Amino acid sequence: MRWNRGEAILADATATANPSGGFWHRLANPARFQRLAGWLTPWLAAAAVGLFAAGLYFGLYASPIDYQQKDNVRIMYVHVPAAWLAMMSYSTLAIAGFVLLVWRHPLADVAGVAAAPVGAAFTFLALVTGAIWGQPTWGTWWVWDARLTSVLILFFLFLGYIALRNAFDEPERAAKAAAILGLVGAVNLPIIKFSVDWWNTLHQPASVTRLGTPAIDPAMLRPLMLMAGAYMCLFTVLVLVRMRLELTRRRIDALQSARAGAIE
Amino acid sequence: MNGFFAVLGRDLAIARREGGEALLAVIFFILGTVLFPLGVGPDPQLLAAVAAGLIWVMALLATLLALDRLFQADWRDGALELMAISPESLTVIVAAKCLAHWLLTGLPMAVAAPLMALLLNLPPDGWLTLVAALLLGGPALSLIGAVCAALLVGARRGGVLMTLLALPLYIPTLIFGAGAVEAAVGGFDASAHLALLGATTLAAMALCPWAAAAALRHAME
Repeated sequence: MRWNRGEAILADATATANPSGGFWHRLANPARFQRLAGWLTPWLAAAAVGLFAAGLYFGLYASPIDYQQKDNVRIMYVHVPAAWLAMMSYSTLAIAGFVLLVWRHPLADVAGVAAAPVGAAFTFLALVTGAIWGQPTWGTWWVWDARLTSVLILFFLFLGYIALRNAFDEPERAAKAAAILGLVGAVNLPIIKFSVDWWNTLHQPASVTRLGTPAIDPAMLRPLMLMAGAYMCLFTVLVLVRMRLELTRRRIDALQSARAGAIE
Repeated sequence: MNGFFAVLGRDLAIARREGGEALLAVIFFILGTVLFPLGVGPDPQLLAAVAAGLIWVMALLATLLALDRLFQADWRDGALELMAISPESLTVIVAAKCLAHWLLTGLPMAVAAPLMALLLNLPPDGWLTLVAALLLGGPALSLIGAVCAALLVGARRGGVLMTLLALPLYIPTLIFGAGAVEAAVGGFDASAHLALLGATTLAAMALCPWAAAAALRHAME
């Protein structure tokens, strides 16, 4: 009986956020989202494994070496997608914050919780692989270049977001505060993107995402794109798994408090 | 605009009646800067090379020191809720509180800066630019800090978190501010750096009171 009461509380909470049809509205039902995410996860995981295998084969073996950097250029296939994913993760946080503040979609907050540590990990990976690449090619692990500095700021923004989420006793308040911080920190994203154009520093400008043809050989572009796809799938799998965990954790919390209420 | 001046006058009156407490940030700024020659050694060449950056970093840290009291005290005694339900828009009230904060920390620091420049052996060519940069960039520090302070109203361990949230957002101001002084000392034109610093402050003026007011509204829900 008391379990039913917990379910009823959850159903009430979702019913108010579910006034009409539409894909996003229907996803506001946690059970429905859990089912969809549970169905998607193994497919995406399989795609990530396949893309990683192909990307690493082409990247480490079946692609030409650079005429200047020799085999060191292969670090690019790990480094560049990590940096793209770092930016994408923060965009996810900012969009989730916007959706939470404007439409109060219940999944937006869960997505923010789930994406932040994953994004911090990708940012860290981009910084570390960049240092490993910089040592043989630039002759130094680290320079205070505009691109490097702005990505370091991005890493601290992720840490601040995670810390702010854990700083409140009321989950509602933590979600709103983190959403606003996510939006404020988004000013850093264009700074990272255009840092290599605005400041003439050591990091090279974009060679793939520019107008016209990419300034990169197709034989190198192929492994890069395969690895980018693999990273994307990995990111989505990690975020979906973490979202399901978070939803389950909240459900357990709700059931436990309902149970405590029933015992009283 | 009546609400703006009422809040500004109130915050300044509170600071005046608290006596020296409001000037703690400036004292921290001066004391902290004085520690560096004792730590790195009194070599005038070395001090001149790092003076601009040191003064700016100390200004950042001193700004942070006074910021976590910006909304916390008013939130605790309920004054903030009264301000929120007053007919004046909360954004305007936040702007007034930021201006009061700047008048009590940023402005005294800009006034004290030439003294610090003298103690750290900064070449006199950079003095005017240093004061100009602190005057231009100071409001941005108060405004960006106000957003973080508003987000942290009611948080556990607010003071420590303040550092983690605000310092990354302060980095552009630091780069342009210290860059302007370096350029002036090196005999270059500092106006590009000062223009970027002014742009940072203008952008902060346009966005920060609005974001801080939104954060405060959520804090009082």
